[in-house]
Amino acid sequence: MERIPILRIGSLLLVTIQVDLYDDLALQLQDDLSTRIADLGATGVLIDISALEIVDSFIGRTLANIAAIARVLDAETVVVGMQPAVAITLVELGMSLPGIRTALNVDLGMEYLRQAATGGDGVGTDHYAE
Amino acid sequence: METVSEQIITRSEILPIRTQIDLVHVRQRVRTWLSEERFTLIDQTKIVTAASELARNALEHGGGGQMEMSLLAVGARKGIRLKFSDQGPGIADITMALKDGYTTAGGMGLGLGGSKRLMSEFDIQSSPGAGTVVTVTRWK
Ligand SMILES: Nc1ncnc2c1ncn2[C@@H]1O[C@H](COP(=O)(O)OP(=O)(O)O)[C@@H](O)[C@H]1O
Ligand SMILES: [Mg+2]
Repeated sequence: MERIPILRIGSLLLVTIQVDLYDDLALQLQDDLSTRIADLGATGVLIDISALEIVDSFIGRTLANIAAIARVLDAETVVVGMQPAVAITLVELGMSLPGIRTALNVDLGMEYLRQAATGGDGVGTDHYAE
Repeated sequence: METVSEQIITRSEILPIRTQIDLVHVRQRVRTWLSEERFTLIDQTKIVTAASELARNALEHGGGGQMEMSLLAVGARKGIRLKFSDQGPGIADITMALKDGYTTAGGMGLGLGGSKRLMSEFDIQSSPGAGTVVTVTRWK
C-alpha cells in the first residue's frame, strides 16, 4: 500500500503531505506515526500541510487524533503551513482544531518543537485556535 | 428597464461516488471546474470542502451514489450547483442530522451543518428507506 514518508531529524519526526490524501492513507499515516514515535522515543512531530488544498472534517479529525496519540506517547505535534483559505474554511465548517499547535512554516514549527523538548515555551509559534 | 434573467445550465457532469478514490476525484473535478470558471481561491476551498463532506456522506451513510455538478448562469452571474444522491437508508430526523456534532457513525457531525454554512443555498430531501438527495449551490 502507498504510504506517506516519515523523516527523522534527531528526536523529531517530519511529515510532508504532498499527495491527495484519501481516507485510508490518512489513517495509515496515523498508525505509522504512532509506531515511529514509540519506537524512536521521538519528542516531536511536525506535519507540513502547505500542499493540502482542503482539510475537511475527516482530515481534521485525523490530525487531531495524531496530536492526541503523540501527547500520550510524550511527544508534541505541530501542524505547519496551513493555507489561509483552508483555515477560513475550517472555522466555517465548525472545526477549530483545539489541541493542535500550529505554526506558519517549517522553521517556526521546528523551533517550537526544539524548545518544547527542552521544556521551553514555544516562542514563535501561534495558536490556530485556543 | 429591468429584465428578469432565466437560470440556465451551461455545463453539467455526473461523477460516481462508490470508493474513497471517487472522493478524491470529486474534489479534483470540482476544483478544476471552479478554477476554470475563475471562482476565488476562498470560494474554491469552501466549495471543494463542502463537496468532500457531502460525497463522504453519500458513500459512508448512503452506501454510495453520485454527484451531479452543474454550472449555472443567471444573466452575467455564475454559480455552481452540486447534487449528491444515494439510495441508502435515508434520514429520519433531518433537523437533528443538521445539528453540529450530531453523528450516528462516530464522525465529527459537521458535514451537513458545515456544508450548509459553506454554501449559499442548501436543500436536503430524505426519508427513511427513500435515500437522500442533498443539493447545494454557491454563487460567484
Ligand atoms: N446521505 C446520507 N444518508 C443517510 N444518512 C445520512 C446521510 N448524510 C448524513 N446522514 C446522517 O446525518 C448524520 C450527520 O451527518 P454529518 O453532519 O455529515 O456528520 P457525520 O458524517 O460526521 O456523522 C450522519 O451521522 C448520518 O446519521
Ligand atoms: Mg459527514
